[in-house]
Amino acid sequence: MAEIVDGGGGGGKHGKKTAKKGSARIDMTPMVDLAFLLLTFFVLAATLAKPKAMEIIYPKEAKDDDTKTKLNKDLATTILLGEKENEVYYYKGFFKPDSTVLELSNFSKDGIRKMLLDRNRSIIEAVNALKTRYNNKEMSKEEYQEQFGDLTGADEAPFVIVKTIPETKYKNVINAVDELEICNVRKRAIQDMAESEAIAVRQRTAELGL
Amino acid sequence: MPKIKVPKSAPSLDMTPMVDLAFLLVTFFMLTAKFRNMEPVEAEPPSATSEIQLPEKVMLVTVDKEGRVFFDISGKKIREYTLGHLMQRYPTMQLTQTQIDNFVNMGTFGQSVANLPKYLTADNDMKEQMDKLTKGIPTDSLDNQLSAWILDGYQGFLDDANEQGLTTEDLKDKKNGLSYAIKADAETEYAKVKKVVDTFRDNSIYQFNMVTNLKGSEAPDAKVNGDQ
Repeated sequence: MAEIVDGGGGGGKHGKKTAKKGSARIDMTPMVDLAFLLLTFFVLAATLAKPKAMEIIYPKEAKDDDTKTKLNKDLATTILLGEKENEVYYYKGFFKPDSTVLELSNFSKDGIRKMLLDRNRSIIEAVNALKTRYNNKEMSKEEYQEQFGDLTGADEAPFVIVKTIPETKYKNVINAVDELEICNVRKRAIQDMAESEAIAVRQRTAELGL
Repeated sequence: MPKIKVPKSAPSLDMTPMVDLAFLLVTFFMLTAKFRNMEPVEAEPPSATSEIQLPEKVMLVTVDKEGRVFFDISGKKIREYTLGHLMQRYPTMQLTQTQIDNFVNMGTFGQSVANLPKYLTADNDMKEQMDKLTKGIPTDSLDNQLSAWILDGYQGFLDDANEQGLTTEDLKDKKNGLSYAIKADAETEYAKVKKVVDTFRDNSIYQFNMVTNLKGSEAPDAKVNGDQ
């Protein structure tokens, strides 16, 4: 065990060492145990308490109805989040109270993500190729950011609106935005649901018996 | 046959270097560890895949399950200046030096301006009681104190930046600038979070860091489709 060995006593008055022969030893085991206990604690505590964050940018104007007119029907997808956690619906194009059918979805990898990926395959593949090239250090960060912005902001890039009611769980909103982030959808907005859409959500939920 | 000599001394290993290293690490971790202030509010943020670190200089608004709003801003100097500006805004609130010191060393809080002086002199039990009973910082349009905290927090941040000699150019750099974070409980109604967001937007702040847990650091949420 770890120990301190006494280096030998000091000389006596008579010049001859008279100190006892056995060396003074301290058992350091408990101290070492304690040291490692503390070490383990601090290592674990230090790495566990790191909060992460997700960046969300909200538009300047509270009401931006003009985005609707600019929307390309084929590219727009709207995600509707109801009151309950499993009330996750989407529809493509514009909302027509009579004919639009809300599709039930969820936040698993076969849910919203698959739908978005299927819908926007070409752009997503282009973005992924860009990311690979950047990761292989074939381009500078500025170049990458510019091209990434061009791709995801292009006219033919997908546009997704997340619509909520006041009772929507915050968790679902974050989940939805997270899916958009995964699918590289940069053209996106979080808006309040229109009354007609809220009615449609309630009806659909009743229909599906959720 | 020659006898094999067995060494008499017990096999022993010199552990001194290992112990030295262990203590060195202990010392390092103890000195670098920053203890979190006791948080008066419980908010378990939702999980997401984002791996962006929460910035150092941050104004943090916490929203708990019931929608109560709590405020926090990092940096002792900034806190002191912030409180100074707020005292000018609410002349009825006059604090003693001890109360100001308490505020500077405190973390998140969720008291209205009227209750703040009492909160700053309260002992721990009393504080706990007040945290339990508080309705959070008022955000309604008649008396939006959160808006006041946001404005004065930004002013306090600017004062501190001026003192450090940072120019407006420097502040555009993300490293020096003030970030705005919202930490809401996963179960909070989105309308409550939106109210906070809208308060920020009224003050021309549009970019937020939503505090999240890293997905996978906890058990995955298995009851998405399971129970009704």
